[in-house]
Amino acid sequence: MKYVDEYRDPQAARDLIEQIHRLSDSMDRHFKFMEVCGGHTHTIYRHGLERLMPEQVEFVHGPGCPVCVIPRGRVDDAIWLAHQPGVIFTTFGDMMRVPGTKKQSLLGGGADGTDTRFVYSPLDAVKIARDNPESTVVFFAIGFETTAPATAAAITVADRLGLTNFFVFCNHVLINPPVAAILSVANVQLDALIGPGHVATVVGSRHFDFVPRDFHIPIVMTGFEPLDILASVTMLLRQYSEGRCEVENQYARVVRPEGNAEALRLLSDVFTVKSTFEWRGLGSIPDSGYAIAEKYQRFDAELHFDVPGIVVPDHPACQCGLVLTGQLKPWECKVFGTGCTPQNPIGTCMVSPEGACAAYYNFGRLP
Amino acid sequence: MPHHQFPPAGWYGHRVAELRTERETLDHIRDVGVRALTLDDDVVSMSHGAGGKASSALIDAVFIEAFGQPHPDELTDAAVLELPGFRAVEAPTRIAYTTDSYVVNPLRFPGASIGDLAVNGTVNDLAVTGAQPLALSSAFIIEEGFSIAELRSHVQDMRAAADRAGVRIVTGDTKVVPKGAADQVFINTSGIGVIPADRVLGARQVAVGDAVILSGPIAAHGMAVMIARGNLDITADISSDSAPVNGWVEAMYAAVDSADIRWMRDATRGGLATVTNELAQDTGLGILLDDEAIPVAPEVRGACEMLGIDPLYVANEGCFVAVVADAATDAAVEALRTAGADQAVCIGRVTDELQALVATRNAFGGTRLVDMPSSDLLPRIC
Repeated sequence: MKYVDEYRDPQAARDLIEQIHRLSDSMDRHFKFMEVCGGHTHTIYRHGLERLMPEQVEFVHGPGCPVCVIPRGRVDDAIWLAHQPGVIFTTFGDMMRVPGTKKQSLLGGGADGTDTRFVYSPLDAVKIARDNPESTVVFFAIGFETTAPATAAAITVADRLGLTNFFVFCNHVLINPPVAAILSVANVQLDALIGPGHVATVVGSRHFDFVPRDFHIPIVMTGFEPLDILASVTMLLRQYSEGRCEVENQYARVVRPEGNAEALRLLSDVFTVKSTFEWRGLGSIPDSGYAIAEKYQRFDAELHFDVPGIVVPDHPACQCGLVLTGQLKPWECKVFGTGCTPQNPIGTCMVSPEGACAAYYNFGRLP
Repeated sequence: MPHHQFPPAGWYGHRVAELRTERETLDHIRDVGVRALTLDDDVVSMSHGAGGKASSALIDAVFIEAFGQPHPDELTDAAVLELPGFRAVEAPTRIAYTTDSYVVNPLRFPGASIGDLAVNGTVNDLAVTGAQPLALSSAFIIEEGFSIAELRSHVQDMRAAADRAGVRIVTGDTKVVPKGAADQVFINTSGIGVIPADRVLGARQVAVGDAVILSGPIAAHGMAVMIARGNLDITADISSDSAPVNGWVEAMYAAVDSADIRWMRDATRGGLATVTNELAQDTGLGILLDDEAIPVAPEVRGACEMLGIDPLYVANEGCFVAVVADAATDAAVEALRTAGADQAVCIGRVTDELQALVATRNAFGGTRLVDMPSSDLLPRIC
């Protein structure tokens, strides 16, 4: 299939794996590479890449799974919104199965009297609002700078259509603050970042200049096919072997240094940065979430509805923070696979197929 | 650079002094996994009908609890009953008996309708038990207000599917319920078939080294239905694979020694992943699949990639998995292809290197686990 098969070519993969082994053998040290994106974690496990790495190269699974980072209190709020009379509640498919505090989720599917629908794009939610003027449509918006422009576009379209029955429950987040937070922790020793390709498509590879500048480790913007990741690991190792430390772009087929101007314009038009946002598993991080800007406030579900907004701490047995910072492997967590499974997740790393623990549980668990 | 307080105290538990090794954790999960699934829900949710772990929990806790545990080999696609031979002179006849209800929305989608499914599904459940289907019953639950012309079109599809499979629909029932009490039309079919004496299938027949054969491309049916529902705003030229497999099964039996065909199952709800996991669990052996060998039509793969759905978990309606003796592999595949299953292929082996697990290996040597699905398929965000 075009644009997929090219990036799964077996011979090219074997060549890259050989280069990775050769490069790492030439350097007498261990490498911890964090893939920032949940999409990368998914690819690494789905294609068994971890087992193809030399012993010196270790993957650490980062915070970039947009479903995983939504705290339980926000999921409770979403479920509360879905239960309001006359509401059609819309969100991305994988957000629907994430359980709230009382283990309920958005998957009730009518059994609980709600009308919850999954959409592929926020614009689909606008269409539902236009086609159902007697209902109130709420879109549960999640994701990094990757999906935030689509939500922004949906809000501007709703504005142009003059819709009064469309609201956004905004949970969009920014990529740099959590990355900086993780890199600032003294006991987390990462040697490089496998950069978030989709986010970089929007914000540009330049947006990550702070990684080599402030934290002195290399970063490579990376695509999501197995060959992309293997190529990225090769590029990172080559930076080490040549004594370089910079931002490189493996995903040049879509990522530009300056990003996507139209998407960035939409982001600054529709959103403002919140002073703080609570991340599941990571705690509150300053300047890390988007709120809907004043001129579009009439679409803000949190202003229109009396959302409870109760903060619910993570489960005491949860060790996700340690997994997300590479201090603990999924299987080293006390509750992994028994108390905490994809069907019944306790922690953030298990809630979406892109979370580190879920990816390992689903694909990696081989003797 | 603001220095973030990290991690905030009290949020992470504590790093335990003694960490488990990967091996210990996997052994622990396996030990927990063999315990009965528990049903801790108060109401039935859609995931209880999706064919994964939640379905198994419901069946165990409600139905098997009441009806009793069938013989390990019996909880398959059809029950096998023995009818005593005439005056105890003849050998007993083995009858396969199965039932299935069909609820699909929309009722008609590219490649099939609820009528096709209602016949093919039941015929296939019989065929993979080794039975030659004889006759079907059909029962309709119809919502008040449903168009008679549309009802007729689905019934005509049933007739055409029955003719194609060589079975008769011999008895039936019709109930009409008030508007809103059912969604348009639900169809139940039951079927019986005779199992020739030389056919013995089951987990106990399966041996290490046996070949795993797939009758054709996967994931078309589930994707066709998902796209036909129209709420994804995606168009793709994908048709359901709905078809009777009994002719293919017969062709395979005609070509190889009956004892060399060990185990069969149709890969319907839950897809190839679910069927192969059932095989692994029932045998206690491992199944190692060759990722590249599993046929998926390009447009189906494209739709799956776009939606972040793994084709291994997508439903099929005309596709089955057979385990055959290594030596019979080529003859079985050839027989299937000649009979019209032209993309039939050996997709893997039964192995003792894995215990009760399914894994796939890709072209560059990466392996991954293929687990039972836990709930309905939902598109991923990115």
